[in-house]
Amino acid sequence: MPESSFEDINNIYVSSTMPPSRQYSQSTIPLLPFRHYIGNTEFCTENNTSECMLYISQELLALGFPSIFFDLNGLRELDVISALNSMYGLLQMHRRAVGMLAELEVEQLRVSSDLHCQQLTNSKLKDQLELSKKENLRLCERERQLEANTKALHHCLKNEKEEVQKLQNVIASRASQYNHNLKRKEREFGKLKERLNQLLTDKKDKKQGMDVLNYVGRSDGKRSQWKTGKTDSRHESDMYKALLNEFDKHQRELMIENAELKKVLQQIKQEMVGILSPKRQSGETQKEEKPKEFTDQQIASDEEEENSFKGTSEMSCEHAREQLSNSIRQQWRKLKDHMANLDNKASLVHLGQGINEEMISKEVHQEEMERLKLEIQQCKDFIHTQQQLLQQQLSTPWDEETAAVLTDCYMLEEKERLKEEWKTFEEQKKNFEMERRTFTEAAIRLGHERKMFEEDRATWLKHQFLNMTFTDQMNLKTQNTLSEYAVQEQKHISSPKTPL
Amino acid sequence: MNFSEVFKQSNQLCKVSPDGKYLATCVQYRLVVRDVNTLQILQLYTCLDQVASMEWSSDSLFILCAMYKRGLVQVWSLEQPDWHCKIDEGSIGLVSSRWSPDGRHILNTTEFHLRVTVWSLCNKSVSYIKYPKACQKGMDFSADGRYMALAERRDCKDYISVFVCDDWHLLRHFETDTQDLAGVEWSPNGCVLAAWDSCLEYKMLLYSLDGRLLSTYSAYEWSLGIKSVAWSPSSQFLAIGSYDEKVRILNHITWKKLTEFEHHPTITNSKAVVFKEVEKRPVIPTEDLSIQQIAMESSLFDIQSKYEIPPLPVQVPVVKPDPDRANPKIGISAIAFSVDNRYLATKNDCMPQSVWVWDMQRLGPTAVLEQTAPVRFFAWDPRRPRLALCTGNTKLYLWSPAGCVSVKVPVEGGFQVQSLFWHCSGDSVVLLGKDQLCLCYMATDEEK
Repeated sequence: MPESSFEDINNIYVSSTMPPSRQYSQSTIPLLPFRHYIGNTEFCTENNTSECMLYISQELLALGFPSIFFDLNGLRELDVISALNSMYGLLQMHRRAVGMLAELEVEQLRVSSDLHCQQLTNSKLKDQLELSKKENLRLCERERQLEANTKALHHCLKNEKEEVQKLQNVIASRASQYNHNLKRKEREFGKLKERLNQLLTDKKDKKQGMDVLNYVGRSDGKRSQWKTGKTDSRHESDMYKALLNEFDKHQRELMIENAELKKVLQQIKQEMVGILSPKRQSGETQKEEKPKEFTDQQIASDEEEENSFKGTSEMSCEHAREQLSNSIRQQWRKLKDHMANLDNKASLVHLGQGINEEMISKEVHQEEMERLKLEIQQCKDFIHTQQQLLQQQLSTPWDEETAAVLTDCYMLEEKERLKEEWKTFEEQKKNFEMERRTFTEAAIRLGHERKMFEEDRATWLKHQFLNMTFTDQMNLKTQNTLSEYAVQEQKHISSPKTPL
Repeated sequence: MNFSEVFKQSNQLCKVSPDGKYLATCVQYRLVVRDVNTLQILQLYTCLDQVASMEWSSDSLFILCAMYKRGLVQVWSLEQPDWHCKIDEGSIGLVSSRWSPDGRHILNTTEFHLRVTVWSLCNKSVSYIKYPKACQKGMDFSADGRYMALAERRDCKDYISVFVCDDWHLLRHFETDTQDLAGVEWSPNGCVLAAWDSCLEYKMLLYSLDGRLLSTYSAYEWSLGIKSVAWSPSSQFLAIGSYDEKVRILNHITWKKLTEFEHHPTITNSKAVVFKEVEKRPVIPTEDLSIQQIAMESSLFDIQSKYEIPPLPVQVPVVKPDPDRANPKIGISAIAFSVDNRYLATKNDCMPQSVWVWDMQRLGPTAVLEQTAPVRFFAWDPRRPRLALCTGNTKLYLWSPAGCVSVKVPVEGGFQVQSLFWHCSGDSVVLLGKDQLCLCYMATDEEK
């Protein structure tokens, strides 16, 4: 039975040590068991007094009280004084504990109320924070707008400044031009004043006039006519005739141009019709019926138009022009639609949902592409090898033979020509040599002859001199003439000795 | 290509007669008339003073020599060398002198543009035209020679007078809506007269022969306007070159802009071929001279040049003009159509070394020629689409749709080609230097 009482005490202890984090309203409840003693006399009975006493002494020892027993001859006798002291100590402890509890309660109340206050202020501050954040955003936005405004205004200001600068430049150039003109006029005015002065002071006035030998006829040979009203009107009519001729010529040219353009438009229209009709028949196997009808209609309508147009092509009236341009526009629209259809079909084929025919055509197309790519590759390789060969030729060192052959082959023709020229040159040289030789021989011969001649002359002179009579002078004169003649002859003989 | 000898001339006064048979040059106060093919001197005339301006009459029978300082004009006859005619303007002075289209009247503009005197060689009549305007192109004759348009200014307003050249009858006289009329030009068919304002305002007015205003065209306001104007030979197009470096083409049917050609410094259009002149100074000859060089017998120390075609994109060299000066060197200063209407050659003053050739069928650039020196002059062959240009050096440059070639003028001591003009048959070009002239005969048609 002490165990159950132990448990009860434990329960009481447990219930009284509830955590203070619970709401304060709960904390007021189960402290009552400490206040009044319920009178639990079931702990100690007459039977278990010694055990109770043992138990109590153990508990008291555990709590730090002195033992309530004193040992007397091995018997545990109850020390009443110490027991009473221990009881008194316990009561003191209890009172202190209650006091502490009350204080703690108060403390807890205060703390919880503080917390409540804090929470309230916290929520208030949060609200304030939200508000201030919003305000901040608003102000930021405003600031951004104002900055954008200032930038735009700066830009405007720059533009205006540039314009002002440009206008200032214009004003400056105009001002300099005006000044220049003004100075020029002033200078001319000055000259005019000077001339006026000169004319007023100058007594001799040089008259102007023309002095001509005789008057010349007009260039066209006609006589000039009197100036009468007839001539005036003739001039006017001539002028208008010239203007009218010009207008006529202009109009004719424009008519020709107009006719040509009309022809071109018609050709375009026919070609467009031609393009549209066969295509519509070949494509669109699914919608065979509809397009055929359409093309039939179209062709029929085109024929009608053409027929009607042939009738009006001669006239260049507004109606015919409008008809033609309208029909061209219609054809063009049809062509555009057709092209759009083709584009759609092409995209479908691309997605893989094509018709059989188009699948085949795509394959054919691909094969063509492959073939072309191969061709391109081949050509590229060819070019590459050619380039390589060229590089080789230019960079690698040749052996003499191939080098000689290679360089020669470029200059072959020139070399041949040169050889021929050299040949002729050599021949001429030989000829000249021969001639020179003959000339030298001739000169030597001449020299010999001259020597002979001189000797003859000398002997002849000697004879003369030896047989001189009073006709010496005469002979001397003849001698002089002869010597002159001889000198001339010498010169003549020596002249062919010019170098070749 | 053959080159003739070099002859003397002064003042760049050298003109071929309208029938193409004679070449007249002025050397100081002498007038020399030569045969164009043999270049032999046929006639020699002596004027009273240094000749300032010289012009053939339209029938190639008379030559006019004007001496502005003395106020004299002398007319010489080719058929009768001893015929003489002297016009003395007296104290009123002389500023310009020209023939009328019939070759029998001479129009003298007096000093200060006080009046235009019309002297007749057929009779004693003298006509006066008052208030002519002193501007870029104040007087123009129509192509058939029937009408003359004259810009006038009185009471601070611009007028245009149309005269019949037959008897100088005033056909029409009307006011123009311009601030400061700068020029008038007849269309080649003689039915439309183009009149444009000075560069301070972009305004082009088109009048019919009978004085009606056909159309007004103004591309933009305030900035400097029209710099040059050219009609196409068929009168289909009117090309207007302006200071904003663009050429605007007007069509003759609506007189509205057909297209505009922009001279962009970076050329990226693959249809335009850029011909860049490259000068190469030859290396001192070594032993391996090629046979070709020796055969050509070219003077080895001359600067040779040829054309290269650089790959796109190409940057055209731009010279920025001085912004403070009047008449700035920017804008299209020269436009010329080829005779077959197919091509248009233009020169932009801020790209002075380049000539642009535009294809009128495609309405886009077909060639850009970039030279090594500023282009001084270019002219189209009067018979075929061939352009000759010169840059003041010793070379003549030719462009045709087949390609481009540069030819050195083989004259001893150098010949600086400053100007050139074609003979009316298109077979030869007359090259003018500072005081020399040389003829270049286009014997063959081979070009690079």
